[in-house]
Amino acid sequence: MIERLGVMVRSQKVIVFCSVILALFLLITIFAPWIAPHDPNLVNVTAKLQGSSLAYPLGTDHLGRCTLSRILYGARTSLGFATLIFISSLSIGLIIGLIAGYKGGWVDQALMRFADGVMAFPDLLLVLGLVGIWGAGLRQVLIALIFVQWVYYARIIRGVVLSLKEQSYITAAKISGSSQWKIIMKHIIPNVLPPLAIMATLEMGWAIMHLSSMSFLGLGVQPPIPEWGAMIHEGKSYIRTNPLLMVYPGLMIMLVVVTFNLLGETLSERFGLNTDNKEGRVK
Amino acid sequence: MGTYIVKRMLTIVPIFLIATLITFGMIHLSPVDPAEAYLAAANIQPTAEMLAQKRQEFGLDQPLLVQYVNSVIQISKFDFGVSYVTNKPVWEEVSSRLPATIELTLASLVIAIVVSIPLGFLAGVRKNKEIDHFSRFLSYFGASIPSFWFGYLLIFFFSVKLDLFPVEGIGTWKHLVLPAITLALPLIALYTRLLRASVLENLQEPYVLFARTRGIHEKSIMGKHVLRSAISPMITGLGMNLGKLMTGAIIVEAVFSWPGFGRYFIEAIFNRDVPVIQCYVLLAAGLFLISNLIVDIIQMYIDPRISREGRQFQ
Repeated sequence: MIERLGVMVRSQKVIVFCSVILALFLLITIFAPWIAPHDPNLVNVTAKLQGSSLAYPLGTDHLGRCTLSRILYGARTSLGFATLIFISSLSIGLIIGLIAGYKGGWVDQALMRFADGVMAFPDLLLVLGLVGIWGAGLRQVLIALIFVQWVYYARIIRGVVLSLKEQSYITAAKISGSSQWKIIMKHIIPNVLPPLAIMATLEMGWAIMHLSSMSFLGLGVQPPIPEWGAMIHEGKSYIRTNPLLMVYPGLMIMLVVVTFNLLGETLSERFGLNTDNKEGRVK
Repeated sequence: MGTYIVKRMLTIVPIFLIATLITFGMIHLSPVDPAEAYLAAANIQPTAEMLAQKRQEFGLDQPLLVQYVNSVIQISKFDFGVSYVTNKPVWEEVSSRLPATIELTLASLVIAIVVSIPLGFLAGVRKNKEIDHFSRFLSYFGASIPSFWFGYLLIFFFSVKLDLFPVEGIGTWKHLVLPAITLALPLIALYTRLLRASVLENLQEPYVLFARTRGIHEKSIMGKHVLRSAISPMITGLGMNLGKLMTGAIIVEAVFSWPGFGRYFIEAIFNRDVPVIQCYVLLAAGLFLISNLIVDIIQMYIDPRISREGRQFQ
């Protein structure tokens, strides 16, 4: 058993390595209240802008809040909302992709032309436009990110469904009298899952990056909620005196996004899946 | 070939119409009514009469379809209405800020091409050597570093510590260096990767083997044949990424206080200056579609198979 595990670790180095890092982040997300040395929002003006010490391992920010605690809680905010974006856009994309691919005809045409319209915009731009018109705020940013994101899932799922529809076992299921619902649930969904799982890892990186960009611009997560992009926004005024204040949260964003991207790409290479990299979309 | 170009150009029109429909829908589904947004942006306490008057002025009392058709007609004449904040035509405001943004994006495009072509090509030719490892490292990190953070890191090292470049603003070439590098980094990552993959793919082609068996010098195979045919996917990437450059410029301009129209757009978002936002979004969508069109046409000249097969734009 241990020997086999060893072989697996050696042959799938990258996947194992990324999974371990992501598992660590998951643990931080869950156990942040227990690991964090302080309350992330506890203001202590007498101890502001301190360097690292035993009490504050990564120092304190301009309000004397513990940087380490804010970073740990920031993992909660970033990963939590990224998961929310991922689940919502996946569900919408799954439903629309299934309908478009399975029904075909004008339904497919209408849905896919609408998707083309959404994709006609560079993604961050549409998010900014929506937020601009609806007003800044976390809820609007989340809705906008989901609105931009479902399209990619819908397109991939539609493609898989279209190719599956031609398979003889689906025809056989139809002839033998399976209901549409049963065909979708038993034959189509299981086949759609593997490409989705890979896409999901890439999309998580995308969601974290964009959410933090919006927070950095002051449009997304609002203070005092700890979030990495917002922390860089707050820390930038102290670039001359306390540059580390913005270095830590940026490192965290980078680490998480690199890990998700690396994992997603290694998986898609391994399983020979062609996500839409031809279009040169950096996730 | 001519019919292909015309056909390809016509595909843009419906997509752009859908894009206008989406922005129109966004504005009309917004919880804030444009007349209210106007008065709020202009710092006027709204009264019932003023709201009614503004609604009439904006044509909000007309049926939605009429409003939509009118807005499309106006947009086709580059009339994006009047800014709520300055009361000047939006197009004037935006076009006066365009040159700064174009300067920034062109500079970073040049940096991206100059760095990524040699790097991606060498990485592909010397697979698994040092240069290849370096290029892969760069493409992963370049794609995953938040650009706003990278910008501040550059400011910290080159402006604060070494005092080589100014922290922000516009003027000399020195002002341009850091923002252009920040904006170029994700593109360098992407193009290097695209070119490397494409070189590797081309090396597997029979023509390389054939050229080698004919005893053609390796340098000439690589430089004359492989590089030329490998560069084609990069051109697609170029078109696809003009949109990314535009949105990337928004963030970079915010970091470096670059007075382009990305920064203006952020101001408009905070002021909820709806006409400016609409103008920016549609302009970007239009540029994005047109740049894709141009890239398709260039590709057709490089690779005639595209028009012969009548491959449709997807």
